[in-house]
Amino acid sequence: MPKSLFDKIWEAHEVAESLLYVDLHLVHEVTSPQAFESLRLAGRKVRRTDRTLATADHNVPTDGSSAAAHIRDRLSRVQVETLERNCREFGVPVYSIGSERQGIVHVIGPELGVTQPGMTIVCGDSHTSTHGAFGALAFGIGTSEVEHVLATQTLQQRKPRSLRIRYEGELGHGVTAKDLILGTIGRIGVDGGVGHVIEYAGPPIERLSMEGRMTVCNMTIEGGGRAGMIAPDDATFAWVEGRPAAPDPLPLDEWSALRTDDGASFDREVVIDASELSPQVTWGTTPGMVVDVTGAVPDPDGEGDERALEYMALVPGTAMQEIPLDRVFIGSCTNSRIGDLREAAEVVRGRSVASSVNAMVVPGSQQVKAQAESEGLDQVFRDAGFDWRSAGCSMCLGMNPDIAAPGERVASTSNRNFEGRQGRGARSHLVSPKMAAAAAIEGHFVDIRDWEG
Amino acid sequence: MEPVRIIEGAVSVLDRNDVDTDQIIPKQFLKRVERTGFGEFLFYDWAKQPGWDLPSNPILAAGRNFGCGSSREHAPWALEDYGFRAIVAPSFADIFYSNCTKIGLLPVVLPEPEVRELMAARHARIDLEEQEISFAGRQVQFDIDAEIARRLLEGLDDIGVTLRQQEAIDRYERDRERGGPVTTRL
Repeated sequence: MPKSLFDKIWEAHEVAESLLYVDLHLVHEVTSPQAFESLRLAGRKVRRTDRTLATADHNVPTDGSSAAAHIRDRLSRVQVETLERNCREFGVPVYSIGSERQGIVHVIGPELGVTQPGMTIVCGDSHTSTHGAFGALAFGIGTSEVEHVLATQTLQQRKPRSLRIRYEGELGHGVTAKDLILGTIGRIGVDGGVGHVIEYAGPPIERLSMEGRMTVCNMTIEGGGRAGMIAPDDATFAWVEGRPAAPDPLPLDEWSALRTDDGASFDREVVIDASELSPQVTWGTTPGMVVDVTGAVPDPDGEGDERALEYMALVPGTAMQEIPLDRVFIGSCTNSRIGDLREAAEVVRGRSVASSVNAMVVPGSQQVKAQAESEGLDQVFRDAGFDWRSAGCSMCLGMNPDIAAPGERVASTSNRNFEGRQGRGARSHLVSPKMAAAAAIEGHFVDIRDWEG
Repeated sequence: MEPVRIIEGAVSVLDRNDVDTDQIIPKQFLKRVERTGFGEFLFYDWAKQPGWDLPSNPILAAGRNFGCGSSREHAPWALEDYGFRAIVAPSFADIFYSNCTKIGLLPVVLPEPEVRELMAARHARIDLEEQEISFAGRQVQFDIDAEIARRLLEGLDDIGVTLRQQEAIDRYERDRERGGPVTTRL
């Protein structure tokens, strides 16, 4: 019987019915302390320290602090120090503040090559779906499940349903992976993928870079999906090859066989014409409240929309390109990889940030930062008036000093425009790195396709 | 985990769709390294708005896609610490739903019209064993995964249950494990 990529990985990891083996468990400081504490109280150990990897990201100040002891916020400092202590005590490898391998957990996994095709990967973070870009089954879990995986290297899981989103046509010039996934969520809704593992397929997906594929899979959760996956291909293999944890030689036959077989069935299928997609901008307080950059703030459809409009201080009919911005944030596990920074730098090069805008770039990892600096991208951003920061989750969620002030309007390359996400009362608009970069220059959104600067 | 069987009492109403975990417990409260004490920060920003009324009751009735967004288990912890024992909604986000079942906070899925009637009824009795919720003189059946229901009814510790299958895990690792990355040798 023909099988899907998801079926093949699921079957290869079933220890028993509804008991799934976990190949890689990624850990960060926010969702792990209570799990380690419970392990300690129960006298349990971490079953597979060699399949577990930790880093500090959510609380990390992006000022270049080189040790947890330098974090000024006491609770943040305690949380990072607790991670370091737990990892020492239980024998879990950790790249904390000061390590040249520290970074956002979903950036460093692929970067180190620990994210590989065919694996099951979990982390106490909803954006774990990112790793599905490599043809892995990767999803977020809560702290009780973090403890469960630490203790048993397995998860109790019923097999989710499957959904294939197949794209046809071609993405237009200036339309990126971010626009593709925002446009998809706009179509299927923020609960469109609930209960499903989503496979993204079709020529427009195959043409995406690995960074682009990670952006797409990353935001699967914003459409409610349990996990997002893309079949591994030559682009995948080329990315993994030579990385610190990559096998040598790569098991290409095994990885190539993971692709969904012709005729495999899915519980649901959706087809989207990629050529219909324009650069996207969110207007509201869920990622599904999104319009084309050429569009306008829509009339409210229901009480949720009305509340969103009020929170965002927007009037229906306002052209998206007329909305003035206070801040621009380029970063987060969605869009902080070297490819993202190169795209943004190309837009920024030789130009200046609008005087009304406070703009920042936060590389996703120390390695991305070093690579960008070796290419001179930091200078491009600095010359234009951007603040060039050190690696971390930064203003995606404001658990560190990078927070937008109440009422500030932010163009953000991150993944969530929820109320208060980037700071209490802050108003977030999600866009691609190119769109964020151009918005920083102009002080408002522009259509990157016909923007001359 | 305490066994869950009968939950009865007044119903608090949060008639909103897509309530995300950032609203349930904002990020500034995720810095704690303890599992307790989150209830006072529940809906921290919304609770300051005029007209907010969410009394601590055994049952919360809410809109579609409740608990979307972040995987933070702090959200169920906060709801439970505040006093809720069950949440009834037309649908839940996957990770949130799973997190609730891990701590004995019962998520109940009912069709939207039924949730509307429950919101109006203001009092209900949930019987997990019978998979039945009673309100306004009616009984409505609900579905829940049999294994999840069993664990909740018996108050089982998930890790303890899985460790009974330790031999199967050992065997899996011996027989089927691929090369894979070794994080301790990076």
